Amino acid sequence: MTDRAAPTDPDIPVNQSRSESRRIEIDPITRVEGHGKVSIHLNSAGEVDEARLHIVEFRGFERFIEGRLLWEVPVIVQRLCGICPVSHHLAAAKAMDQIVGVDQLTPTAEKMRRLMHYGQVLQSHVLHFFHLSSPDLLFGFDAPAEQRNIFAVIQAYPELARRAVLLRKFGQDIIEVTAGKKIHGTGAIPGGINRHLTLEERDRLLGQIDELTQWCRDALKVAENYCEQHLDMLKSFASFESNFLSLVREDGALDLYHGVLSAQDALGHPIFAEADLTRFNHYLHEEVKDWSYMKFPFIQSLGPESGWYRVGPLARINNCKGMTTSEADLALKRFRAVLGKHCGHSLAYHWARMIEVLHCIEVIARLLEDSDLLTGERVIKGVRREEGIGMIEAPRGTLIHHYKVDEHDQVQFCNLIVSTTHNNTAMNRAITMVAKQHLNGQPNLDDALLNHVEVAVRAYDPCLSCATHALGQMPLQIELLDAQGQRLQMLSR
Amino acid sequence: MSTTFTIHVDGAAIPARPGQTIMEACDAAGLYIPRLCDVEGLAPQGSCRVCTVRDNGRCVSACTQPAMPEAVIEHDTESMNRYRRDLVTMLLHEGNHLCPGCEASGRCELQAMAYRLGITDSNRLPYLQPVRPLDASHPLWVLDTNRCIFCSRCIRASREQDGKNVFEYVGRGIHKRLAVNGNHLADTSAQEGDHAMSDGICPVGCIIRKGEGFSTPIGQRRFDKHLIGEEIENKSGRSDLSTEEAQ
Ligand code: SF4
Ligand code: SF4
Repeated sequence: MTDRAAPTDPDIPVNQSRSESRRIEIDPITRVEGHGKVSIHLNSAGEVDEARLHIVEFRGFERFIEGRLLWEVPVIVQRLCGICPVSHHLAAAKAMDQIVGVDQLTPTAEKMRRLMHYGQVLQSHVLHFFHLSSPDLLFGFDAPAEQRNIFAVIQAYPELARRAVLLRKFGQDIIEVTAGKKIHGTGAIPGGINRHLTLEERDRLLGQIDELTQWCRDALKVAENYCEQHLDMLKSFASFESNFLSLVREDGALDLYHGVLSAQDALGHPIFAEADLTRFNHYLHEEVKDWSYMKFPFIQSLGPESGWYRVGPLARINNCKGMTTSEADLALKRFRAVLGKHCGHSLAYHWARMIEVLHCIEVIARLLEDSDLLTGERVIKGVRREEGIGMIEAPRGTLIHHYKVDEHDQVQFCNLIVSTTHNNTAMNRAITMVAKQHLNGQPNLDDALLNHVEVAVRAYDPCLSCATHALGQMPLQIELLDAQGQRLQMLSR
Repeated sequence: MSTTFTIHVDGAAIPARPGQTIMEACDAAGLYIPRLCDVEGLAPQGSCRVCTVRDNGRCVSACTQPAMPEAVIEHDTESMNRYRRDLVTMLLHEGNHLCPGCEASGRCELQAMAYRLGITDSNRLPYLQPVRPLDASHPLWVLDTNRCIFCSRCIRASREQDGKNVFEYVGRGIHKRLAVNGNHLADTSAQEGDHAMSDGICPVGCIIRKGEGFSTPIGQRRFDKHLIGEEIENKSGRSDLSTEEAQ
């Protein structure tokens, strides 16, 4: 076993007589948007054995929702997430559509919901890329933590920062006119929506489209240039093969609101494609591990060892046959020309995300021209059912809401599979790779390790790390613990 | 003898008639006194005490106290409004008032009163957090008594207007709660057309009509465009109050 230097903090007990296996923990102290902790397990030779991302926050939402009324659910579940509440709102509403017997919404209702969803994906992606990830990309992973935050981006790239803020605002404005409020609205109700767009709202949004579309093109360019200039890094940093899961439109095109649940392997061969989303649990199972509150879903036919998969922008970009909007389709072709059809690089998520940003604004522009938003039947009802499964492509990946509701309108069962859960195994893989590369047999508890682990996690899910970049430096601890959980060493910043 | 006389509310001369309560005289003059248990069409009972005023120095409920000639009434003063804020705050802490997930939000009189009175500190008192099961047994309505504020409006409407006794209180003091005349609402004689079950009787999200949920969009709900009480103030042209959108 390789011993490290004693910690500088005299209060921390040091025990250098350990052998066998040790654990290094990276522990974010702030509890914001899901408190995560990373532990790196070393074997007796001091090499990285495995890295684990611990989601220590237990939401208990599924229990909390039991007994509540079906029409309350789309409003209540939004509280699950501060970044993409609209995804939960819509996934729950889609499930409740089925409960009230509606398989096909009116054109007005579906288009209003689509507008809401694309507006929210736009704002969430912009937040993810610019506010959370761009400091890593613009200043480098190893830049000092004081620099890797949104405030430094504002200073160094004021125009970029201004556009990011205004693009987000545009997405939020769309949410406001469709859901009633910028955050935690009520727009989607079982069987439809509760409002139309007014002419004034429509025109106000349309008036901004040209300028914002140009900004989205430029933003995509930032991601493209970064990836093309750092190809070697993309290929070496947390790059691995995996299966991919997403909804795709029936004809194979990328669709964020609805589609066929489709899984492909690392070579792009289909594993399954199921149009009847209520049958999802014939394909996906969830495994429980004793060290995490979060489950580990896998593709049933492949088993838990090799059935794990990734979701989110990269999965959607890999799984789709093309984009339904022209500029995003060209962007997809450029992506594939550089990275291939079935790209496994974690950092390529950023590029994929920005293709979707351009796609979103193109879809929004098209929807805003549609008069169905202004008039038409908003809500319908059909023959009541007991079970509903709502699925949507949330910004960070496939989101599944599953409910059973009794004859009194009360929820009796609720299961939610969120994108972070789908990506659970993949994120563990990513940080394991990063830790292996970085520590390379010589475990060294330094800031660079923390930075790299954060960058890897952030490619998938900013919820675990948004405190870092949104608010400046994240207070971190690295702990070195032995197999019994006793701390050997700790480093904080 | 003249049929009208004058009362003096915060220094303003308000005309009143014999038999009118202080609240009725003030309403007629476009002067709104906050209230929760009083509602048009039901006999006043003065139980919520939100309409408390000082009548010649004595605290009384304006909805039940007869207006008397030359009475000096203290109403819209810091000390009276502080009492009201305390009362409404206690109501919010007694029940489970998680407005963001409540379909009454935006049309709820308790919430609207909290806005009107400027209640902003939600952590001043401990929350009692009652755990009363939802009664969703009836095909038309749900009862979420965790939100009941014991205004008795449903009890009085059922008794006085419907000639029934669908609702009643059980328990005493802090253990008091609303009960129905049967194991569940479905076992009672509550039916479509009952005044007790109609919109506007339950001031909060306790008696809920099934299926309506969030079908009224934000912006078009009862208190989205004006404060509670403004309909009374506006009747005589008083519009010096600002509006605030309910959350
Ligand atoms: S009843 Fe009124 S105060 Fe209570 S949660 Fe509902 S809206 Fe809020
Ligand atoms: S159920 Fe509604 S109307 Fe009846 S006492 Fe409670 S709050 Fe008042």
